[in-house]
Amino acid sequence: MNFLAPIGRVFIAFLVATGRLVAFAAVSVSHCVRPPFYGRSIGRQMIQIGYFSLPVVGLTAIFTGMVLALQSYTGFARLNAESAIATVVVLSMTRELGPVLAGLMVAGRVGAAIAAEVGTMRVTEQIDALTTLSTNPYKYLIVPRLIAGVATLPLLVLVADIIGVFGGYAVSVHSLDFNAANYLKLTWEFLQPIDIVTGLVKAAVFGFLVTLMGCYHGFHSRGGAQGVGAAATNAVVSSSVLILASNYMLTLAFFGA
Amino acid sequence: MSAPADAIGTEPKIELRGLKKAFGAKTVLDGIDLSVGEGESVVIIGGSGTGKSVMLKCILGLLWPDAGSICIDGMDVSALADRTRQTHTAKIGMLFQGSALFDSLTVWENVAFALRSRTAMSRSEAREIALGKLAQVGLGPDVADLSPAELSGGMQRRVALARAIATDPEIVFFDEPTAGLDPILGDIINRLIVDCVRHVGATAVSITHDMTSARKIADRIAMLHDGRIIWDGPAGDIDSSGNAFVDQFIHGRAEGPIGMAVRR
Repeated sequence: MNFLAPIGRVFIAFLVATGRLVAFAAVSVSHCVRPPFYGRSIGRQMIQIGYFSLPVVGLTAIFTGMVLALQSYTGFARLNAESAIATVVVLSMTRELGPVLAGLMVAGRVGAAIAAEVGTMRVTEQIDALTTLSTNPYKYLIVPRLIAGVATLPLLVLVADIIGVFGGYAVSVHSLDFNAANYLKLTWEFLQPIDIVTGLVKAAVFGFLVTLMGCYHGFHSRGGAQGVGAAATNAVVSSSVLILASNYMLTLAFFGA
Repeated sequence: MSAPADAIGTEPKIELRGLKKAFGAKTVLDGIDLSVGEGESVVIIGGSGTGKSVMLKCILGLLWPDAGSICIDGMDVSALADRTRQTHTAKIGMLFQGSALFDSLTVWENVAFALRSRTAMSRSEAREIALGKLAQVGLGPDVADLSPAELSGGMQRRVALARAIATDPEIVFFDEPTAGLDPILGDIINRLIVDCVRHVGATAVSITHDMTSARKIADRIAMLHDGRIIWDGPAGDIDSSGNAFVDQFIHGRAEGPIGMAVRR
């Protein structure tokens, strides 16, 4: 009879969770613009999130660029449109694959690490200890990670774009017998600054989402080792989904009809 | 419930009135009244899960009480905004049950943390003070640059104690200071607590279910049960309290009013 009740309960739980997340994000962002700032922590997080993600992001980018060239060749060769390969590689990398793949790799590497670290600090009362030592945990723990995420992801994506395009170039020139100078010329021909800029804006948004979800799930973790494990899983899953969903919204906003 | 013992100072350092806190349907604190005089050492005893930690966290501002007042030096801090409240809770040092040392920092950085966050003290100056505090709890300068994970549980507890007293707080809270330590280490910590509190003339509130520890560090003992203070008196009177709950607790008997409450 009362079959609507479970649906309502799920919907209310969803609204509660969304509200909590938005409130957490609002408080965190408000602390980003108010002193004191912890410069050393921000620097350390930039190295953790940005620099140490370079290998995994670089490897992802180079193989993606190579596969893009190979796949588009099998398609375009049938239409005698091989000259489009360079354009396909560079636009796909800068507009979509660079930011999305870098975002997903960082979500797996950094999001989980942040959730585990902050979550362990929560369950071992280190976050309470911060408060009793006159230090705001938002400022000390959350803000440096958010700033580092937003600042370093665009740089990572810029590197990923370059490495990805190089991957496509290497395959085209060495396996598909393209002329090197010609391939580079075609790469530049259709590339607009807007393609790169939108990719970098996406990267900044993804950097915010990954670090926010890591911090949020870590900050609210409960119940020892199991709680911390759940926080890490939830951080990776939720930030990955948010990256893909927000990527669609951003693409629609930038290039939509 | 007996009347609160006379405070040593004229005005109680900490005064709780009708403090209530519930988590969902579960009432944890059901109207706590407690006053702690300046320089006094009060130990709160009570079984696991009776809300001892919740009470301390309410005073520290880590949890918001549902009702009641918390006065520190006569000022109701439960009604204050976050920032003003911090100036009052900064008077309190806290030793956490699991030590809660920051494992991303070295031992001395842990001890000096509040010095650096509250004042614009230089690193070298803060380190000097931290080394002094470490010496006070019997740790040499050789441990100062280690990470907390490299220390044994007893040493971690001592570092946490040094961190709690680093800013010479007016009030120090101890949450299960001897939990998980062997009896000898436990006694060392008890003695350090007595020394450190007497040394700086601080007011101390400890929560524990270790009676040996309670007898050692308390001027006054209060027992928390079912979210209320059911007995409150001088530490020396604990054996002749005439309260069946207290008797059962201090003798650690399975039979008695508390056990029946659990079975019911």
